[in-house]
Amino acid sequence: MRAAVITFPGSNCDRDLVVAMETCFGRPVARVWHADTELPPVDLVGLPGGFSWGDYLRCGAIAARAPIMAAVRRHVARGGYVLGICNGFQILTEAGLLPGALVRNRDLKFVCRPVRLLVANRNSSFTSAYGSEPITLPVAHHDGNYVIDPDGLARLEDEGRIAFRYLDNPNGSMADIAGVLDRSGRVLGMMPHPERAVDPLLGSEDGKPLFASLLAAIGG
Amino acid sequence: MRAIVTVRFKEGVLDPEAVAIARALKGLGFEEVRAVRREKRLELDLDAAEPDRARERVRAMCEELLANPVIETYTIALENDR
Repeated sequence: MRAAVITFPGSNCDRDLVVAMETCFGRPVARVWHADTELPPVDLVGLPGGFSWGDYLRCGAIAARAPIMAAVRRHVARGGYVLGICNGFQILTEAGLLPGALVRNRDLKFVCRPVRLLVANRNSSFTSAYGSEPITLPVAHHDGNYVIDPDGLARLEDEGRIAFRYLDNPNGSMADIAGVLDRSGRVLGMMPHPERAVDPLLGSEDGKPLFASLLAAIGG
Repeated sequence: MRAIVTVRFKEGVLDPEAVAIARALKGLGFEEVRAVRREKRLELDLDAAEPDRARERVRAMCEELLANPVIETYTIALENDR
């Protein structure tokens, strides 16, 4: 498992994601700057949470056009994996690597608390290590309200591409969607933060099986 | 030349901020307010002389960055700035 985490100006969960991946994978994780044009040879790219470019224009819009994103597209095209968390999810939708969009929370409030989630697809490369019981992960976002057109939503449902659903929807997301997969099953975007739930001291270890699933899918 | 780009949510995309504004107006006694829609206006000062070409370039800017076609629509108006 070779992994890299990209830092954009305004990313603030990049270090947490590196620490979580290094803990769970047992290997160093490369750090990549948004202005770079090439990725190191990796299996997995992490797009971290934060407020890239101050959320200017639309959340993730400017980061999605960063030079490194062309390399991320090539990485996906040649079979690589991508995990986008929170702002990373917003960047993936803005880049067109995932369908739909994330808009302002229904209640207009920044939501920052643990939420209970259903692992809606337990066969994916990101979720195979989860059991059937609900999990708890923290969310921290202002724009996590997932919207998609009715046909697109039907496609996600039919193809089992909804990875996580909220049990108590904190932001108004359609169909309680908290995380979606792309058609290949190798790109996941999610608003909750698995990297903030990998140690009992953090209040939850429910993020760990996500990284364990990836390790099992990709190999040591 | 100046281009005025307005970007707004597509019909059917709920804008919670507009809903909150409508609710606040009603709370102030403006009960005739049925709905509120918001839009974003961007003014672009362009080094461009030829309107058709300018419009085509601004359309490309909208498609590539200024609007998100998943949730937004946009309009473009050109005006001479001198």
